[in-house]
Amino acid sequence: MPLGRRQRVATVGIAAVATALGLAACSSSSSSSTAASSGSSSAASSASSSSGAKLSGTLNGSGSTFQTTFQEQAISSFKSVQPSMTVNYGSGGSGKGRTDLSSGVVNFAGSDSTIPAAEEANFKGKTVLYFPVVIGPITLSYNLSGLSKPLQLSAPVIADIFQGKITTWNNSAIAADNPGVTLPSSPITIVVRSDSSGTTQNFSLFLMTATPTWTLGSSSTIKWPATARAGNGNGGVASAVKSTPGAIGYVDYADAKASGLTFASVKNKDGNYVAPSPATATAAADGVTIMPNLTFHAVWATGADAYPITYQSWVLTYATQPNANDAAMLQAYIGYLLGPMQQMSGSLGYAPLPANLDSMAKAQLSKITS
Amino acid sequence: MSVVTQADPTTPAGSARALAERRPLGDRSFQILALACGLLVLVILVLIAVSTSQQASSWFTTEGWKIFTNNWNPANNQFGALAFIYGTAITAVIALIMAVPVSIGIALLLTEVVSYRWSRPIVYVIDLLAVVPSVVWGLWGIIVFAPWIGSIYASIASGVKGIPVLDDLFGAPTSGASFFTAGIILAFMITPIVTSLSREVIATVPQIDREGAYALGATRWEMIRGAVWPHSQGGVVGAVLLGLGRAMGETIAVALVIGSSPAITSHLFAPGYNMAAVIANQFGEASGVFRAALMGIGVLLFVFTIIINVIAHAVVDRSARKKRGG
Repeated sequence: MPLGRRQRVATVGIAAVATALGLAACSSSSSSSTAASSGSSSAASSASSSSGAKLSGTLNGSGSTFQTTFQEQAISSFKSVQPSMTVNYGSGGSGKGRTDLSSGVVNFAGSDSTIPAAEEANFKGKTVLYFPVVIGPITLSYNLSGLSKPLQLSAPVIADIFQGKITTWNNSAIAADNPGVTLPSSPITIVVRSDSSGTTQNFSLFLMTATPTWTLGSSSTIKWPATARAGNGNGGVASAVKSTPGAIGYVDYADAKASGLTFASVKNKDGNYVAPSPATATAAADGVTIMPNLTFHAVWATGADAYPITYQSWVLTYATQPNANDAAMLQAYIGYLLGPMQQMSGSLGYAPLPANLDSMAKAQLSKITS
Repeated sequence: MSVVTQADPTTPAGSARALAERRPLGDRSFQILALACGLLVLVILVLIAVSTSQQASSWFTTEGWKIFTNNWNPANNQFGALAFIYGTAITAVIALIMAVPVSIGIALLLTEVVSYRWSRPIVYVIDLLAVVPSVVWGLWGIIVFAPWIGSIYASIASGVKGIPVLDDLFGAPTSGASFFTAGIILAFMITPIVTSLSREVIATVPQIDREGAYALGATRWEMIRGAVWPHSQGGVVGAVLLGLGRAMGETIAVALVIGSSPAITSHLFAPGYNMAAVIANQFGEASGVFRAALMGIGVLLFVFTIIINVIAHAVVDRSARKKRGG
């Protein structure tokens, strides 16, 4: 029997090691894209002048998955500015971030939307500051071969496709958006998110704002037509589009680019068909109305070059912090996100904030007090 | 405590109480410690039940009985969870239909057919199946298994087209990520637990019963049917119910392969949803009643698994009593 026991321990051990190796392989491949982009040395020199004193302590944040790559890069390069400060960011979704902030688990939250009315009571009347940190386009990525030029889509057509009313690619409404392009007669497969997401929320917000024919509302989870395929995360949607001929899905720009997908130009408020890119997203954020508390919606913005499905994400934190050190650390870190990180955001698949918005956000840093 | 003192035959009945008070300090503190550990589990369980129900209360109050309708539409603040309950039932049933015969077959193979020398390595392999983490099953399911089986579904669907019942069950629409795929993955996951519990129960059948059956001229199959099965029936049913409990609660593997479409349909190859998966997928961005609804689904799942477990224990107890002739 002792022999049997030892054998069992050994086999279990081997299995555990094998699994660990497998997991390590998985995680390293997914994080390599963030580690690859460098440039922290140049960023460090410009930030150290603004933050001055050396701070030490830990900041915890959680929330938006859209911000994950941005936060991970910021956390690793911020180490060179404030080596004794530790920043953690858990990407559990915007809703979780706001819940964590209101229950005092974290120092800041990442959120793709403003605090909904239903949640306001959770913050017990305390002032929450909004710092816009990233914006980005949501692409309509499709899998069609043999088109003479990239697909062009207008909001009512997108709405009908995602409501299951347009079911084939050669539908007359799609053809009207694409004069001179021969479209195949193949069926359309729509690909959506299986997990609740700020991407879904802002994509549906775009359709709700842009066209009265959209009837499914705007939420982080939509009741899609039964024919829809679902993928987990932007990456899941991207790979489903890539492997399904005739598919179309909404994927954030960074993942669409990384998966090598082709994406449609979308008709904006000014009537121009604009392709998604960091530049057209920044143009969209330039044309929005910004509230005094720095909230805004970048979808369906005005501007000739504005990409209409652009979304944004904020860092949320309390104006009044429990102690001076927390306030100083938050000022330093958020200041870093608004400063050196903005130059890096383009290479990470985001769009930099327009200059006026960035300076408004920086000016708001002094409102973090203890 | 009184049980302990009575069990000591040297103690005269009258002095039992005095002796209990004279117990050494170490003995008493051990008793308190053990009691505290036992109570801790119960307290944690009750606290979880109370706090999750509290968090979910706004779902129950705003939706009322509508929580059991098939209408899950967070954009319109409609949270009917029937599609998820249906999905949980369907995937668990598919998993049991596939896993139970195989598990009992393996258990009988290990106890009745092969010798100890050969059964040991098989047991190790099956135990290894149990240590594969849920998320690894899910990743394998969605990246490798679902695309492969999706094409098989499609050819089955075209084969059964027009045949009355089969078309409803196995016809189009099909998708690699579906109720059936989730059921298969669950079957893989519950096979080890059902196998090892059944094997242990079957191993308790007295050798003399087996030899008696052989002595009456029974074949091996007749011996299993006549001597092994009546003796271990209850325990095997208990093992199956514990497997069912696991299948209902399994989350991340199912969330990845079920297709995430809240639909009630007879088409097993179509994308679906279940209770555990919807909580995992949608919790991140949920707020207000949406969040309460997901909490509430958790409470329902908790209640369902408790009921299954209570039934499992009752079945096992009853069969144990029957064996003792009580």
